[in-house]
Amino acid sequence: MAVQESLPLGTSERPMLRVHRADHLLVADMVETGSKVLDVGCGEGDLMQLLESRGVDCRGIELSREGVNRCVSRGLAVVQGDADTDLDNYTDDAFDYVILSQTLQATRQPKVVLENLLRIGRRAIVSFPNFGYINMRLQLLINGQMPRTENLPATWYDTPNIHFCTIKDFVVLCDEINVKMERAVALDRYGRPLRLNAPWWFWNMFGEQGVFLLSRAQKKPAASPGDYIAP
Amino acid sequence: MMNIHPVKGPIAANGERAHEADHPTSLVAQFGADQPLRLECGVDLAPFQIAYQTYGTLNADKSNAILVCHALTMDQHIANPHPLTGKPGGWLTLVGPGKPIDTDRYFVVCSNVIGSCMGSTGPASTNPATGKVWGLDFPVITIPDMVRAQAMLIDRLGIDKLFCVVGGSMGGMQVLQWSVAYPERVFSAMPIACATRHSAQNIAFHELGRQAVMADPDWAHGRYVETGAHPHRGLAVARMAAHITYLSDAALHRKFGRRMQDRELPTFSFDADFQVESYLRYQGSSFVERFDANSYLYLTRAMDYFDIAADHGGVLAAAFRGTQTRFCVVSFTSDWLFPTPESRAIVHALNAGGARVSFAEVETDKGHDAFLLDEPEFIDIARAFLHSAATARGLGRAER
Repeated sequence: MAVQESLPLGTSERPMLRVHRADHLLVADMVETGSKVLDVGCGEGDLMQLLESRGVDCRGIELSREGVNRCVSRGLAVVQGDADTDLDNYTDDAFDYVILSQTLQATRQPKVVLENLLRIGRRAIVSFPNFGYINMRLQLLINGQMPRTENLPATWYDTPNIHFCTIKDFVVLCDEINVKMERAVALDRYGRPLRLNAPWWFWNMFGEQGVFLLSRAQKKPAASPGDYIAP
Repeated sequence: MMNIHPVKGPIAANGERAHEADHPTSLVAQFGADQPLRLECGVDLAPFQIAYQTYGTLNADKSNAILVCHALTMDQHIANPHPLTGKPGGWLTLVGPGKPIDTDRYFVVCSNVIGSCMGSTGPASTNPATGKVWGLDFPVITIPDMVRAQAMLIDRLGIDKLFCVVGGSMGGMQVLQWSVAYPERVFSAMPIACATRHSAQNIAFHELGRQAVMADPDWAHGRYVETGAHPHRGLAVARMAAHITYLSDAALHRKFGRRMQDRELPTFSFDADFQVESYLRYQGSSFVERFDANSYLYLTRAMDYFDIAADHGGVLAAAFRGTQTRFCVVSFTSDWLFPTPESRAIVHALNAGGARVSFAEVETDKGHDAFLLDEPEFIDIARAFLHSAATARGLGRAER
């Protein structure tokens, strides 16, 4: 009983074996062992704990005080902060991966945040709910009301999600800011990956969420000497 | 009857307090003329002594030592009854068997800071050169000086690397100074309710306290020991003002509101009609029993001078660059002495320096003092942080 007392609350409250979310497992598979990761919007630290169990050096940022304190009492290195304002404090190339899991749509400036992710990290892993998902489209088309799903149950007036996008929108943005997509996966409502060889429109229609591994694209190659046309 | 003397002072305690300054009820490390403490003001202090307490057992490879840095008017008696007041230890919420700073698992050291009055050399100590109490002849000391002295003690104890350095308020400043001055000797650090520099408002409050002490005729330009008096009125007023800054409006309202003290109606006098007045007077008068007025001047001054960024070209992040220390920074929502933005500045600098840092703001109405009180969320965080750091350090569980 005495030993039990000295256990941190974080481990004594929860069972040792936990079921990991499908998108967390997918994200974790994208991260190389031994790398250094920043999880932006880390919630209660479930993904961080999964990554640390796989030998990844993990740090987190979380907006809610409850989330932060929960993480810290699980022994995770998490600070209270805001993706919109606090990423500026991190130096260039400080991490191998920066993860933004189901948080992009809740930021005030998704484009600036995305640019910051790829400044701080060599790579970024971004997952977000797809607003082009068939279920969403039908709710708006047939009911004429803002869509609500099991994973996004909030009403329009109390949702923290202010910048919804579709998978297609996100792909366009990545092109615009010169971001290279190394891997893209769309998950169905059960968290299962859709067929890899499916066309983009199919993913955009039937993917409930998108998970992307991004890196900085090479700067547009400078014109080679052969292209040079003398005036 | 009207109480025209705001605070009664216990003259009888003077002798006991003076004795404790030179001959503490503590372990003492003596440093001779060959081992001076080089002070920032340019003076070499020698000989000098450090009074300290230890709890728990140092393990074979000396890897389980936690240094606790005490706050302004606290001392090394963090987990044993106080030799002057008889009150229980000063940080029993955090330190003890089975507590987050588990004395069954860790070897805990807490030393009285240089300049204080509980056995480490300070203005209340006897100057060996003159045979008289130092008083204002004592050189002005700084937070880095306190830490340098602690490092000499840790050397003396044969400890190379501390498992953790923990402290709140002025103790938190020492924690930050430790991690900047001796990064390779600090495995983990918990700076609580503190800042990397003392704010203008905090300097202002300290100046108020010092002026209250110096305005007391019994202070006698710091030579009160020779006159046999003690500026207990001035020091009590200083303590009363400071004590307000340790609490919060909400906590004062919750504890006292506008309730009257042992009466129904106002007395139309300057007696302590309100409970809050009575409480403050008690805080003031009990403080002067155990604390030296000149020490109060020196220690508040040390906090005023503290500014880590200034010592690193004005760039705070430069102070922490490349640190391998694991940090846990904690602030409290109602702390207006060291408000959360001060802790956030520490965190930003640590992040910029690539440090492994946790930061939590604990919601409480108890103000700055919350770090000394039973605040379950804070205690859980301290326990979990130390536990995960201990795992990383390869320290086993407590044996019981």
